Amino acid sequence: MGSLGTIIGTWLAGFLTLAILSFLYKDNPFYKLAEHIYVGVSAGYWLIYVAFFDVKPMLWDTFVTETGAEKWIILIPGALGIIMLSRWFPKSAWLSRWPIAFTVGVGAGLGITANIQGYVMPQVAATILPVTGMNLVSLNNLVLMVGVVTTMLYFYFSKPQRGVLSWTAKIGIVFIMVSFGASFGYTLMARISLLIGRLYFILADLLHVIG
Amino acid sequence: MKRAVPLAITFLTGFFLVVSFFIPHEPFGELEQRLLIWFAIVSGFTMLLGVDNLVRAHVRRVTRRPAGWGHSVALIVGLVVTVVLGVIGFVRYGSPFHIQSPFMFLYTYSIIPLQATMFALLAFFIASASYRAFRARNTVATLLLVSAVIVMLGRVPIGSASSHVFPAAQEWIMNYPQLAAKRGIQIGAALGAVSMSLRILLGIERSYLS
Repeated sequence: MGSLGTIIGTWLAGFLTLAILSFLYKDNPFYKLAEHIYVGVSAGYWLIYVAFFDVKPMLWDTFVTETGAEKWIILIPGALGIIMLSRWFPKSAWLSRWPIAFTVGVGAGLGITANIQGYVMPQVAATILPVTGMNLVSLNNLVLMVGVVTTMLYFYFSKPQRGVLSWTAKIGIVFIMVSFGASFGYTLMARISLLIGRLYFILADLLHVIG
Repeated sequence: MKRAVPLAITFLTGFFLVVSFFIPHEPFGELEQRLLIWFAIVSGFTMLLGVDNLVRAHVRRVTRRPAGWGHSVALIVGLVVTVVLGVIGFVRYGSPFHIQSPFMFLYTYSIIPLQATMFALLAFFIASASYRAFRARNTVATLLLVSAVIVMLGRVPIGSASSHVFPAAQEWIMNYPQLAAKRGIQIGAALGAVSMSLRILLGIERSYLS
């Protein structure tokens, strides 16, 4: 797109940005319009994205380029995908349970292996750290270990939280609140950074008020 | 047929994925990768169902003409224009994501600003929520307030200009207490996901069939 395209694009982006920001005044037709455009355009974008990066290379290109058994094996997920569309026809809608069952099965299988390999084991390994003497590193490592264990114990509801469990849960809530506060502050700063970006766009690119 | 076959498909798919994890040799070794590709293909088709649902709901609004039906027209037009530009980009440039494709023009000048502004708008609502939440009513609420303020001050120039303590304190909070609680929650959630996955594979949890 040439310079005219850039000008039109900048005005379009400017209109949509101001329309969304107009919600700060109150809910209004401009905001509603931009909101609906956002939903429609995003749905279209993801449809094209999935078609181009998933279905085309994995299904179509494999079918066209492969030879032998592979060429026909790849039709199995293609058939499952088409069966998924049987939801459009009430009489055969029950057939869509097959591809749904397949996706649930993959999700559940990965839910076991990926969670253990990707989350539990690495997180536990990264938590069990050396505490060697009275120094700052050891103290920090101790804080990390105590924090992880007490946070988990705070969410342990299989036994009434009395006695030792009550104390560990109380320490756990301290870590949880500090963590929530920090995450909250971090998220707020990220959003403000985005807001600065949009305001800069309006003042610099759209209105040329600042350089 | 209507319940037994899906339950069998779920069990076998999940079982083979778990087996391929523990036996990374032929014929199981390659199975995980193959099933993930199949998963991506089947999921791709579900996108059609989602878009179909969206379009049906808004076409219904356009035909019945309740208040604000014009917004539904904007949604449908936005969707159709995006898909058409994607197809044009594919035909003319070989990829909708080619830098000169009109699809990327739409992405740059509508999706990016809309997405960024939507999230930027949240800054105001988060700030408004923080005004209500950050009241030092008790010790734990005070901890929430103090840690949030330190993290915010430690990440902006005014914080480091006023005291070098803020950047160091926010770094320590993010690296130790914050990480510890996040890790504890993640481990708990992962263990919960494992147990839920087992329930699904064994057919105890069947709500996805309804």
